[in-house]
Amino acid sequence: MSEDATATAELKLPKDVAAEKGMVNVQIDGKWIQVPRGTRMIEAAKMAQKEIPHYCYHPKLSSPGNCRMCLVQMGMPPRPAPGEDPKYGEDGYQEIGWMPRPVIACANTVAENMGIRTTGELVEKTREGVMEFLLINHPLDCPICDQAGECKLQEFSVEHGRGQSRFKEDKIKKPKNVDIGKNIRLDDERCIMCSRCIRFMDEVAEEPVLGFSQRGTHTSVTVHPGYRLDNNYSLNTADICPVGALTSNDFRFQMRVWFLKETKSIDLNCGTGCNTVIWTRGNEIFRVTPRQNDEVNSAWMPDSHRLAFHQLQTDDRLTAPLVLKDGKHVETSWLEATAKAAEVLAMRQPNEVAVIASGRLSNEELYLARKIAGALKTELLSLVPRVGESDGKLISADRNPNTTGASLIWESDDPGAKLDAIREGVAAGKIKALLCLGEDLLEEAGFKPTHLKKLDHLVVTHTHANPTAAHAAVVLPGVGFAEKRATYVNVTGRLQRTNQAVIAPGGVRDDWESLACLLAKLDPDYEVPASMDGVIGALGGEIEAFQGQSFGKIGDLGVQITDTGVTIPLLEQERARIASGQIVG
Amino acid sequence: MAIVKVERPKLSAGEKIYFGAILKGMVITLRHAFRSLAGKSTGAETLKSSGIGVTMQYPEQKWDDQMPEYYRGAPALVTDEQDRERCVSCQLCEFICPPKAIKITPGEIPSDDEWAKVEKRPKEFEIDMIRCIYCGMCEEVCPEQAIYLRPDYAITGTNRSEMVHDKKRLYEIGGKRVGLVNKWNELK
Repeated sequence: MSEDATATAELKLPKDVAAEKGMVNVQIDGKWIQVPRGTRMIEAAKMAQKEIPHYCYHPKLSSPGNCRMCLVQMGMPPRPAPGEDPKYGEDGYQEIGWMPRPVIACANTVAENMGIRTTGELVEKTREGVMEFLLINHPLDCPICDQAGECKLQEFSVEHGRGQSRFKEDKIKKPKNVDIGKNIRLDDERCIMCSRCIRFMDEVAEEPVLGFSQRGTHTSVTVHPGYRLDNNYSLNTADICPVGALTSNDFRFQMRVWFLKETKSIDLNCGTGCNTVIWTRGNEIFRVTPRQNDEVNSAWMPDSHRLAFHQLQTDDRLTAPLVLKDGKHVETSWLEATAKAAEVLAMRQPNEVAVIASGRLSNEELYLARKIAGALKTELLSLVPRVGESDGKLISADRNPNTTGASLIWESDDPGAKLDAIREGVAAGKIKALLCLGEDLLEEAGFKPTHLKKLDHLVVTHTHANPTAAHAAVVLPGVGFAEKRATYVNVTGRLQRTNQAVIAPGGVRDDWESLACLLAKLDPDYEVPASMDGVIGALGGEIEAFQGQSFGKIGDLGVQITDTGVTIPLLEQERARIASGQIVG
Repeated sequence: MAIVKVERPKLSAGEKIYFGAILKGMVITLRHAFRSLAGKSTGAETLKSSGIGVTMQYPEQKWDDQMPEYYRGAPALVTDEQDRERCVSCQLCEFICPPKAIKITPGEIPSDDEWAKVEKRPKEFEIDMIRCIYCGMCEEVCPEQAIYLRPDYAITGTNRSEMVHDKKRLYEIGGKRVGLVNKWNELK
């Protein structure tokens, strides 16, 4: 007995073991786990794989604790009497004295030897009560509500509600179908006052136009008089709204969410490369929403970028290769079009040929573009730079999604440097043949129709019919962002991938494939790989940054392959707020 | 289990040539034939005979008035007392439909419409009657009491597109249905 006592005295108590690592011991539903000091109870429960239902809490926003859904039972060791030593049980923990009333798990932090019960009579009764109050004035809009199917109120009312309403009185009437901004529709009756949207606009979008007005049951979310919710990040409020109070005008009544297939992808409208989910049914894209990646876009995305998918689904898509015959474009086979393109490009002297690629091309396509330029023995290979202004949040000043990739693959500090030289060469009539990959030269490249008329031969690849393609001898159709598997490097040097969500109209060939076939015609030694993964393999063999990378290895969140020193402003702001303890992150 | 040996019945010479039995059968058949010509077939009345035998002459004659209340014929959309279309295109029927016969294109009700507060209605509602299996799941799942299986069973067409019932046709079949829950009619 005395031996046992000395043995326990020598062993460290669990609290000391945890304290050395900056952790604390917490008992969650009877199981002890170690969590970092200062963790919120709700996050500790998440680590123990216990779900605590909640509405107002969002890790990226401050925690006001106003929905009361996350109430749990909490207990701490009883405070010892003066002079009394704390008693430790055989397992080294103190006995927990459970509190008779519940506490909110979202805004309270854990402490040493704390107990949390996420189940039990008290917790279940509490949740049932909170759900009953939330549902009192909630309209029976589910059949017409866009949120149905991804609504937390629906989910928790099934899981934790009482199943039937006891409310006999009339429900409060509030404004419905209110136009509060370009992209957002407000339905006040559905609102459960979680204030997520208000906090988002205040803390993340930094344009606090939303707020509560009235009191008691009449409390409603409103936009400040004289203002509108026209911020470029407004659609994120519809994403974080746990109910259907804020819905997207663009997606409104388009399709029920349970029909939609989710494909993880990335956004290609600027250098940031926000991680996205593409929601499709059949071969149609219905919406694009942000996907959390704390190294790229946190949990947000600008409206302008997420609505850009409409440009892909237009009637002017190219669906078959075209060649110019007697002044008219006629449809032809890939074989013939590729052979013709190779023929017209190769018949010129190397200094009479130039290649203009788009910064929207993937790494594989940029790699093949360089190989094609090599096969044509021309030094004139350039991107079309797209420089805008950063919005100080997620939109990068570089509107090309893959400038970093081009710098790495072409081994050039400024891949767009030669564009002016090419344009002048074309204008002076020195360049006779031009290969243009995925660009409309009359748009951002600064070309004029008179320039293009001076060219003997122009070969164009593009997704859409465009004025440049109208001048081309050969037009190869391309596939859009949601229609291919491809890899890109964002402004910070992170290698990310897109997945195929829909099939390109007309069953058009993948871009890498049409370029590889063209390269094979120009360079007889080149062997077209069996799949895109072969191109990534070849790329990894030649460029150090891509060494050992494969489509599978990149994963859904991407990998950092180089450090460009560029930072994403919104992430910097978020990190500062995490450091100051305002948000969990 | 004990084995029971079944003996063949011993037939007499008359029975062995079967002629008597055949004749007997013919007599019974003939008797029924003459009775039916006289319009006296058994059960002719309850089976709604056309006069000869018990056969009902479809499609000149139909058994529509005999059909039970719960008969499951063509699914159709119904309107309420005020001729408001009850369907709000929640697409639950499209989701539940086992043979995927239903296709709905949801749409918004314009703000100048009398029922603008309902916000949503089907822009197009198509039921492919070649696919429909008359299971009645759509009726069961509908939260707005907008789709019912009607007694119409003769759904015919000369090509596939004729067999697809569009919104107009569905309201023609469904008609007006009264006495249902009217949650949109209260002052709102």
